[in-house]
Amino acid sequence: MAVREAEPVETLQQVKEAGLDREDLLGMYRNMLITRAIEERGHILYKQGKIPGSFYTGRGNEGSAVGVATAMGPNDVGTPLQRDMGVHVTRGVEAWRVFAQYMGREDGPTRGRDGNIHMGDARLGLHTMVSHLPAMLPVAVGMGLAFKIRDERRVAVAWCGEGAAARGDAHEGMNLAGVRRLPVVFVIDNNQWAYSTPSHLEYAVDHLADRAAGYGFDGVVVDGTDVLAVYREAKRAIEKAREGGGPTLIESVTLRMEGHAVHDDAFYVPKELFEEWARRDPIERFRSWLRDHAELTDAEEDELTSGVKRLLNDAIQRAEESPLPDPSTVTDGVFATPDELETPHHR
Amino acid sequence: MAEKTYLQAISDSLRLEMRRDQRVFVLGEDVGVYGGAFKVTQGFQEEFGASRVLDMPLSETAIVAGATGAALMGMRPVAEMQFADFVSCAWDHLVTVAAKQHYRTGTPIPIVLRLPSGGGFSGGPFHSQNPESSFAHIAGLKVVCPATPEDAKGLLATAIEDPNPVLYFEHKHLYRRIKGEVPDDRYTTPFGKARVHRAGEDITVVTWGAMVYTADEAASKLAEEDVSVEVVDLRTLIPWDRDAVLASVERCSKVLVLHEDTKTGGFGAEIAATIAEEAFEQLDAPVRRIAAPDSPVPFAPTLEKAFIPQVDDVAAALRELAAY
Repeated sequence: MAVREAEPVETLQQVKEAGLDREDLLGMYRNMLITRAIEERGHILYKQGKIPGSFYTGRGNEGSAVGVATAMGPNDVGTPLQRDMGVHVTRGVEAWRVFAQYMGREDGPTRGRDGNIHMGDARLGLHTMVSHLPAMLPVAVGMGLAFKIRDERRVAVAWCGEGAAARGDAHEGMNLAGVRRLPVVFVIDNNQWAYSTPSHLEYAVDHLADRAAGYGFDGVVVDGTDVLAVYREAKRAIEKAREGGGPTLIESVTLRMEGHAVHDDAFYVPKELFEEWARRDPIERFRSWLRDHAELTDAEEDELTSGVKRLLNDAIQRAEESPLPDPSTVTDGVFATPDELETPHHR
Repeated sequence: MAEKTYLQAISDSLRLEMRRDQRVFVLGEDVGVYGGAFKVTQGFQEEFGASRVLDMPLSETAIVAGATGAALMGMRPVAEMQFADFVSCAWDHLVTVAAKQHYRTGTPIPIVLRLPSGGGFSGGPFHSQNPESSFAHIAGLKVVCPATPEDAKGLLATAIEDPNPVLYFEHKHLYRRIKGEVPDDRYTTPFGKARVHRAGEDITVVTWGAMVYTADEAASKLAEEDVSVEVVDLRTLIPWDRDAVLASVERCSKVLVLHEDTKTGGFGAEIAATIAEEAFEQLDAPVRRIAAPDSPVPFAPTLEKAFIPQVDDVAAALRELAAY
C-alpha cells in the first residue's frame, strides 16, 4: 500500500479552509523567524564561548516544526526533538529562557541540569527529550494512553528523526499506539542524514510513512519545507486522533542544512544537495507565498524583522543576567517530593 | 488480621490502591484475562475493567515508557515485568528517561515497576536474577525488596504513593512459601526504615528479600551453639537505613552482609564499604560478605544450589566470625 503524498497548499482560500486567518499566517511566519534567529544567535554565542557543551540547530526544519505545533490544541502535548525549536517557540517558550538554557543558567527550563535543546515546559504541554532518540516516542504514546483511559479529547504528538526510526523504541511505541488506537500523531522529521549516515543506510522502504500500514494506521509524506502543507496534514491527523480515529504517521521531508551539531561541517553531504534545498528554504518559501497570496507588505516585513531582532537582543541580555546554578545544589531534585504531586495536574 | 501469603499480600495491596485511587492502573504482559503469570492480578479485570488492567504487547520498552508518559499526564501506573530479568529490555527507559526526568525538568514520574525476581526453582539464567544493585546505582530510582507479607503490602502502598519511579522486587520463592499475619486495612510502610527480623547480640547479619529467611535459619543453628545473631532486614535499598545498620554493628561488633545477587558490585559492597568508613573502630572482625558467585544463574538443581547462598554457607561464616 502506497502512502499518500500530500499536495502543496496553493491559495489563501485553501488556508482558510484549513482554519487559519491572515493573522495566524503572520504569527507562523514570525515564529519561523524567531526560531531561526534563536539558533543563529545561539551559534554566535557558542563561538564566543558563552555556551558550554555542544550546539545543535534545526535549520531547514523551521516550517515543519512550526506547522505541526500550530496545528496542536492548547491541551495537547508533545515531545519535540533537537531540530524542533519551532515547536517550543510556537507553544510559547520565551526566547530568554531558551538562551538561559543554552548557557546553563538557573532560569533555563532545566536550571542548568541539562543543556542545549533538551528542554520542555509541562505547563505548555512540552516534555523534555533525552539524547537516546527516539526514547520519548513511546513516552508520548503513554500520554495518549492516559488520555484514552480518561476519555479525554487530547492528543500527544511524538517526534522522531529518520535515523532514530531505526530503533526499537519507534516500533514498540507505534505498534502499541496502533493496537490501542491511541490519540497519538507521529511526526518523522526526515532530514535525510543521521549525523553522517544517509537515508539509504537507515531504511530500505521508499518512504518511512510506508511503515504506518504495518501498524494499522495511515501514513502521509509531506514536503517539510512547506509550512502550510505540514500544518494542514498535522491538523487533519490531530483532529482525527482527537475524534477517536487513531494514530497517523506523518513523514516530513527536509534537508538538514547544517551539520549534526555545529562542530560538524557536513562535508559528506553533496554540495548540489545543499544548493537544491537552499532554493526551497522554508522561511523564504513562506515569505514569497505570503507576498503572493496574503499581501505581505514591505512595512510589515520590516516590522517583523526588527521586532524579532529586539526580542532576541533583550532575550540574550536577560539570559546573561541569570545566575549559574549554585554548586551546592548539585544533588537537588534527584528525587521528587510528595507535595510536587499536589497539583491540579496530578490530582 | 488474617494469615496471607506474600503473593496474596501484594495482590491485596494493589487491589486496595486501585479501589481508593482512580489514577492507579495496571499494565503488563498477561496481567488482564490471565491474571498475571503468577496470578497477582487475578480477578482485577473483572473488578476494575479492561481499561485499568491492560494486557500489553510483548514490549517492555513500551510498557515502561508508556507508564512514564501516563505518569506525566497525572496517572499512577503500576507496570509488571513478567520476570524481573526482562527489565533489561526496558533499561533505557528506566535509566535514561524515568530516573533523570525530575532532576532535569522537575516533572515527577510516579511509576511503580513490579519485578518478580530471585531463584530457587531451576528458572535458569533468565528467570531467576536479582538485578537490584544495577538499579540502586542509578540516581533517581528507588529500590524496594520486601521479605514478609506484611511488608509486601505496606511497601507496595508506599511505592504507589511515592512521586518517583520505584522498582518493587517481589521474590518469587516467597510468593506461596511465606505466610504471615497481615492487617486487613490499608497501611503504608516507610521507605528507608530497616526491620530487625531477629534480635541478637553477637553478630549482625544485614540482608533483604529471601535471604532474610536463610539468615534466620542459620541464626537458629548458631543459637544452639550459644551465639546470638541479629538479622537486620533492610526492606528498601534506595533509600537504605544506614543508621539502623550502624547501630546494630556498634552493638554486635561483628557483621555479615548477605545477598542472593552476585558478589562483585552487589549492593552488599556498598553496605560493607559504609561500615568500614563509619564503624571501623567498633568492629571486632573484618566485615564478611556472602553472596552468589559471579556467574549467570545456572539451571541444574545442583548448580543452582551451589549458586544461591545456603543456610550452611551462612552458618559456617557466622561460626568463623564468632571465633574471630
